[in-house]
Amino acid sequence: MNVVKADIVIIGAGGAGLRAALAVAEHDADLKIALISKVYPMRSHTVAAEGGAAGVIKEGDSLEDHFNDTVSGGDWLCDQDAVDLFVNQAPEELIQLEHWGCPWSREQDGHIAVRPFGGMKNERTWFAADKSGFHILHTLFQTSLQYPSITRYDEYYSTDLMIEDGRCQGVNAIEMRTGLMHLFQAKSVIVATGGAGWMFPFTTNGAIKTADGMAMAYRAGVPLKDMEFVQYHPTGLPGTGILLTEGCRGEGGILVNKDGYRYLQDYNLGPPDPWPRKKAMELGPRDRLSQAFWHEQQKGRTVTSRWGEVVHLDMRHLGEKKINERLPLVRDLAKSYVGKDPVHDLVPVRPVAHYMMGGIHTDIDAATPIPGLYAAGECACVSINGANRLGSNSLTELLVFGGRAGRHAAEYARENPSSSPEDHILNQAQEARQRITDMFLREDSGENIALLRKEMSATIESGAGIYRTEDTLRETCDRLLELRSRYAKIHLEDKSNVFNTNLTYTLEVGSMLDAAIAMAYSALHRKESRGSHQRLDYTNRDDENYLKHSMAYYQGSEEPRLEYQAVVITRSPPAERVYGGAGK
Amino acid sequence: MNHKLIELEILRYRPEQDQEPWFQNYQVPCEEDWVVLDALNYVKEHMDSSLSYRWSCHMAVCGSCGMMIDGDPALSCKTFVRDLPERAIRIEPLANFPIERDLVVVMDDFVEKLERVKPYIIREEDKPLGEGEHLQTPAQLAKFKQYTLCINCLCCYSACPQYALIPEFIGPAALALAHRYNQDSRDQGCEAREDVVSANEGIWDCAFADACSLVCPKHVDPASAIQQMKISSTIGWYKNLLGLKRS
Repeated sequence: MNVVKADIVIIGAGGAGLRAALAVAEHDADLKIALISKVYPMRSHTVAAEGGAAGVIKEGDSLEDHFNDTVSGGDWLCDQDAVDLFVNQAPEELIQLEHWGCPWSREQDGHIAVRPFGGMKNERTWFAADKSGFHILHTLFQTSLQYPSITRYDEYYSTDLMIEDGRCQGVNAIEMRTGLMHLFQAKSVIVATGGAGWMFPFTTNGAIKTADGMAMAYRAGVPLKDMEFVQYHPTGLPGTGILLTEGCRGEGGILVNKDGYRYLQDYNLGPPDPWPRKKAMELGPRDRLSQAFWHEQQKGRTVTSRWGEVVHLDMRHLGEKKINERLPLVRDLAKSYVGKDPVHDLVPVRPVAHYMMGGIHTDIDAATPIPGLYAAGECACVSINGANRLGSNSLTELLVFGGRAGRHAAEYARENPSSSPEDHILNQAQEARQRITDMFLREDSGENIALLRKEMSATIESGAGIYRTEDTLRETCDRLLELRSRYAKIHLEDKSNVFNTNLTYTLEVGSMLDAAIAMAYSALHRKESRGSHQRLDYTNRDDENYLKHSMAYYQGSEEPRLEYQAVVITRSPPAERVYGGAGK
Repeated sequence: MNHKLIELEILRYRPEQDQEPWFQNYQVPCEEDWVVLDALNYVKEHMDSSLSYRWSCHMAVCGSCGMMIDGDPALSCKTFVRDLPERAIRIEPLANFPIERDLVVVMDDFVEKLERVKPYIIREEDKPLGEGEHLQTPAQLAKFKQYTLCINCLCCYSACPQYALIPEFIGPAALALAHRYNQDSRDQGCEAREDVVSANEGIWDCAFADACSLVCPKHVDPASAIQQMKISSTIGWYKNLLGLKRS
């Protein structure tokens, strides 16, 4: 087995992983960084974020407002110490990106331009047209190329974290080009592998968003926190699930039902002003907007299209000039994939699975309970997003907490030399390797991995979608456990070593099953409605019993063990979430 | 949805078992608004799990799924089956790159060239974060914005006749990126990039065939970036000759 030694291993080279690598490199040039990713960095899904990144920069805005918007947006499930830290560090991180060359959109005088976003009281979303994630990712990647201490391992698929002596000391990974296994040995490890959207049948997420890091940490004993909170973005293109940014509505786009009626006014989000009013109507939070669609559909007021039920996003009044300047990608995507030009046509949209608020449990230093193991970005739950993330907080989150993970992992690596004899870790890596070899050797059990994935996503949608009940969740939980026992018998049809995507696909389905089980059981046991977690059998928020984080612990083939952890409340006691004209 | 049977003719090459590349045909029931990638995914999930190709975002921004479709480099996630002629669709890996397996190419050469052009802000003195952002007017941004849009899909390298002849050529995407930084009002690294940019295998290997710009799915227009650099590099050379400071 090949052994690569580094001070710090970072798994995932999207926004959070690259930001972490840059933080380590700037912090201490002597620390050797191994940056491992199953794709080339510029393919990471940060690339698809469109609307922008939130950070207070303008006169009239305040850190306090950003704090309050985030905490109420998250239905008071956010840890307020983490949110404070986040809003405080946000502006500096965004300025840092500007210094690194990010082509942020500008005002006429050359200052940074900001746009309104859902659930935000003031304009504070920095944007680079409607390709903000793309520019952030490429800026970070290109900037990283100047640091000799960062060695990239592109297209290496990580399979298992190496835990020895009670601390994380490396990771096992497959070099996809050769099929060779490599043990990466390190003093600290950062997981930055992104979310898990691909476990849903209809998602904005790319095919690489498969819960890999969440599952690795979970199997190693770290709890997955608040997994039941899944964000549905209200405006995805039907058919493909391609995202149309909230920036469409930030710039003034409106949502109408089959009667041309701005239906959001019926869901405590009015009045329907002709101009975009902050925290109202189309600029309400994503959970409320996606739930409103569901109700419209129940009432038979959605539009029946060739792709199923939709509502219409109307941007025609913005005019061609503004659409070309602010929303060029949206125009291109709508024209290409549904044949509608936003300059002249109504664009069909519907809610689509978009973002996991939950993830690997970390503290505000991005540290997990396992010493030496850190996590940041969508795979982590720190938690600033609570029960519902506000749009444009996640790009900032991966900068703030990616950077923090890097600095804290660097400190840990400096203070803690490798403690285990190498052969212990090699033995562990050998076990990981054996599990994969077994998949190659196993007899054909008649299971097809693609069909297994389809069954998984179908049961997640039917039982754990926008609205949930005890019965649907129970059925989904049972079904997922059954799927996992069938998964244990899966064999590989493709026995080759070189770029074996049958192998990686199969491993990805295994990771998604583990994360899905944590999600479904966490949802089953949360008998209240809060933010994105809506129960038809428990319709109210229940602070007395559920103002707490769900912590799901891996129990092998059994259902996860659930524990709970108190939410950190510092200065904003739980209150009613108010949007629309009454909102402040 | 209406299904229509289409035929894919896909290049296969598995280095552990194939002596050389060959073509395999698949009949795929295709929906009317499918892109070529949807048809490949159908093959992978229903017919042949061994077919290998890269893809992720399915919205033409991650740059993974560039391949030759009926002889032209294109993103398979943005090439609609309905726009192709009604005969077997021929799908091959990107031209001008070694094949790693099936439709997956070895892209080491591009990544190495990308690094060589120093694609990051270079300044004599960093501005402290506490002093806020650099001012940059929309007009200054417009000077380089187009060249920031490259998704590294490598279609331009597959189309470039010079890269096919001269493997050392730095090539369209990497040179356009050098130009992007050179034109950025925050950057002072033009001279640091000059060695790579104006070397023989840099801008002067470009014969202005314009093939790169024609196939670019993001309209980056690398050919114009390279021609602009030829002019500024020439002016710089004469200024140098006359002992004037380059700017």
